[in-house]
Amino acid sequence: MASLTDSLLPATFADWFAGRGWSLRWHQAQLLARAKARRSTLLIAPTGAGKTLAGFLPTLVELSGAPQNEGLHTLYISPLKALAVDIARNLEEPVAEMNLAIRIEARTGDTPAARRQRQMRQPPQILLTTPEQVALMIANPEARKVFAGLRQIIIDELHALAPGKRGDLLALGLARLRRLAPQAISFGLSATVAEPDNLRRWLVDQAQGAALADCVEVPRSLAAPADLRLLETEERLPWAGHSARHAMAEIYREIGRHRLTLVFVNTRMQAEFVFQALWSLNEENRRIALHHGSLDVGQRRKVESAMAAGGLDAVVCTSTLDLGIDWGDVDLVINVGAPKGASRLLQRIGRANHRLDQPSKAYLVPSNRFEVLECHAAIEAARAGEQDAVTSREGALDVLAQHCLGMTVAEPVDPDALFSEVIGSAPYSGLDRETFDRVVRFATDGGYALRAYDRFAKIRRDSVGRLRVANARIAQAYRMNVGTIVESTMLKVHLGSAKGGALRHGRLLGEIEEYFAEGLTAGDTFVFAGEVLRFEGIVEDRVITTRAQGRDPMIPSYNGGKFPLSTHLAARVRSMLADPAGWSALPEQVASWLALQQGRSALPGPDDLLVETFPRGGRYYLAAFPFEGRLAHQTLGMLLTRRLERAGLQPLGFVANDYAIAIWMLRDPSIRIAAEPDFLGRLWDPDMLGDDLEDWLNESALMKRSFRACAVIAGLIERRFPGMEKKARAVTMSTDLIFDVLRKHEPDHILLRAARADAATGLMDLRRLSDLLMRIRGRIVHHDLERVSPLSVPILLEIGKEPVYGEARDQAIADEAARLLDEIGEAFGTA
Amino acid sequence: MRSALQHQDALRAVQASIRLAGREVMLLPAGAAYLPDERLLVVADLHLGKGLAYASKGQMLPPYDSLETMRRLLALVRHWQPRRVVLLGDSIHRQALMEASVAPVAAEFEAITQVAELVWIAGNHDPALAGLPGKVAAEIELPGALRLRHEPAEDGHAEIVGHLHPAARLPTRAGQQRRRCFVAGETRLLLPAFGALTGSLCVSDPAIAGLFPAGRSRVFLMLGQGLAELPMAAVA
Repeated sequence: MASLTDSLLPATFADWFAGRGWSLRWHQAQLLARAKARRSTLLIAPTGAGKTLAGFLPTLVELSGAPQNEGLHTLYISPLKALAVDIARNLEEPVAEMNLAIRIEARTGDTPAARRQRQMRQPPQILLTTPEQVALMIANPEARKVFAGLRQIIIDELHALAPGKRGDLLALGLARLRRLAPQAISFGLSATVAEPDNLRRWLVDQAQGAALADCVEVPRSLAAPADLRLLETEERLPWAGHSARHAMAEIYREIGRHRLTLVFVNTRMQAEFVFQALWSLNEENRRIALHHGSLDVGQRRKVESAMAAGGLDAVVCTSTLDLGIDWGDVDLVINVGAPKGASRLLQRIGRANHRLDQPSKAYLVPSNRFEVLECHAAIEAARAGEQDAVTSREGALDVLAQHCLGMTVAEPVDPDALFSEVIGSAPYSGLDRETFDRVVRFATDGGYALRAYDRFAKIRRDSVGRLRVANARIAQAYRMNVGTIVESTMLKVHLGSAKGGALRHGRLLGEIEEYFAEGLTAGDTFVFAGEVLRFEGIVEDRVITTRAQGRDPMIPSYNGGKFPLSTHLAARVRSMLADPAGWSALPEQVASWLALQQGRSALPGPDDLLVETFPRGGRYYLAAFPFEGRLAHQTLGMLLTRRLERAGLQPLGFVANDYAIAIWMLRDPSIRIAAEPDFLGRLWDPDMLGDDLEDWLNESALMKRSFRACAVIAGLIERRFPGMEKKARAVTMSTDLIFDVLRKHEPDHILLRAARADAATGLMDLRRLSDLLMRIRGRIVHHDLERVSPLSVPILLEIGKEPVYGEARDQAIADEAARLLDEIGEAFGTA
Repeated sequence: MRSALQHQDALRAVQASIRLAGREVMLLPAGAAYLPDERLLVVADLHLGKGLAYASKGQMLPPYDSLETMRRLLALVRHWQPRRVVLLGDSIHRQALMEASVAPVAAEFEAITQVAELVWIAGNHDPALAGLPGKVAAEIELPGALRLRHEPAEDGHAEIVGHLHPAARLPTRAGQQRRRCFVAGETRLLLPAFGALTGSLCVSDPAIAGLFPAGRSRVFLMLGQGLAELPMAAVA
């Protein structure tokens, strides 16, 4: 190692390391060597391994040896604005201490426009930025000049960026950078993942086949094992729900025993709830703060600096604190609720004891019995060093449309050259030319079969067939709408009154997502800004609430989290259930719950599907336990319900969570199952993913939701309307209307294809559902029961707490209207 | 997620009927009103050419909106066989694009004028309607002093109007639901916008709520297959 270090590290750097009592770490030396050999490389290292310094060392060494080297040398891209700014600050320290003349700047959406323009004329040597800013920079007419001398690209948190549309946008940007600066190499920095090859491909040109970047993985032996366990509870474990109310006293006790505790929860509403619960116990006046994405930025920064200064005992936070940033001396991480994936858990644990050589300490607090199983599986996975995989994805077509327009904004573009550039990026390597041409046509004039908009085309062809943006206004609109993050519509929350039927609004409390407010019905209570509020109604864009004194908040159960249970953890939970010998490791309450289930019904083998049928309250239930995550189960519920309807069993509804699904109906399915031995096999046949799915999908609210995002990203509708007259009163045109018209008149339009692909992967988990249906063929274990089984209790408890979807909404309006008319005793009915 | 299956016969009403200025006015779930005494069909706010208008500003909305709107209207005309069809104003989204907005649906207009007399009420989006099939009028007065006009007027006459694009939001067990709607007061009927891409305004907005006293008005929400009637007080 010493000789490698000597040859790679100049004396200034060696002295600086020595002065801090550090030595060059193995992976840092590795990256220096790869940079010297001009090899793009994926660095996989756990949090706290000095990953970021490893990424920048080659740049600092190279620039220190060539002080005359002007112009942009290194482009660093992070998923978080704050991280880019933070790293810029951290880099200043070694640069100043070693007296290096290197100009380092950050560029984010918050950077003043004048400085951003100056950065295009006189770029710094190291620029730290975000994927959106990269898109804007390569769409600038100066791009060719700015990036001509680029040597190094560093993409931080690649495992978090790559699997989404932001990753698609960045992959396209990277493909362009490879053309503008063929000499540049790329480093991807990633937390530990399974199947790193998907990320290795992502970093290098795929045009000549599936090339792989080099891979440097910090050996696991270098990291101390985490001290990871379930937080023991004296209380009764809840059957269902996500509040973890039972564990608050125990969490509070642990806060008292540690210096600084991070309490991670899965959603903002949960954060509000836990924060409030801890304060209600806070007799010792512990300094407990709250940190989540809907809080005011100033408020968040205050919490962050208080953490760094040692001024807090605990912070209740959501994933806004998940990524990369180091704040303060955290010595305990508590994860409330199920972690949903092994990798997410490890990332969170990484917040504690940010040093490789000391064990991180983390407690998991399951909020119900199934979550105990899931938490246990996550701990086992972490101990075994197993991770969730970052799966490869097909690049989204809406993102490609945005990129194509951007490229014509930068300079005239030869479509053949653009196509070969685009298929060099990993997500688009499988893109065919016909689809590409359709996307370009979409970006040009909407790409409709009815060519009505030729004269308004946004992209025009010049005399040699190159594509150029039609005019400056279109270019400006592109810049205003760049990016793939489509914000939820927010509604203002007011404290008000509902006297005599009329809603009046008072003090403004903050903003919540429209979809959350739309799921509420009058009388529902929820926690917001630290108060328990009663939902009264929505008037225009205002949510009217009143104080709900002395009441426990109802937190809707979809607040279990946005992420479904990962495939990997699901498999572990199934094998845990099938292995009674291992139950002794579980809390006693859970082990006896499972034993009871075994006596009353059965516990399925790891690859089996358990289906139970039983009568209850005049209805017949069918419960199944696939453990494939909420999204796949919801899709399954829709499809199974359709089939049961056709089979004449008169299903009334269904409920799905991460672990199970239950459908209730008016006729007894066990009679059919007894009469037709293959009934269940046919009910669960994978052919449900054919016509049934297509029919349902076209009507589905999920499709409309993904269509809206695609329409914004692809530039069909603008986020902002420069130069358009503001109407005095807000008249909303919903994208649902556009969707309806388009689906009726041009069902194979490219944007509908994009929305369908989105809904299939993002909202319905179709791949997983199809894997499930294949796996359980011939492996369905049916138990005909006289009453609900112990394993079915949790899912039945969720009935009535979940939002109603799709077709049932019209019925809900009709029912509500009838109820209201009855209640009011209306004098005038329909004549 | 939970879903109850829909049974259409449970929907409240396929169409509704109200009394206005002493006559029957039928409210159709497609968003039109039909006056059986006069055999007159009324629709408001077609906004033909809206897609085109947006496209001219760089937002390439589907160019099928006018066609969709006119096919829906033609279907109503064929079903009800009215003597007169009244377009209650804001029929063309942007005046400057009038010809291009109407040209793609010339055949539909032709088919309508073969069945009925077509009357365009001038709205604020279409002050000059020269060269179109049918007649142009500022407003129409029916026996019993019922006026058909674009914008509500506070002149004491009973009226059927458009212009405001009403929609209502209702909290239900399926969460908040928002639908286009009719609003009926004692002397005034406000029609929903008929255009396929037209947006809507909540009836709780003062522009609408101010015209319809909560205790004496009701709304009819447009569902897929019917209408749901509610007192105005429940939604405004």
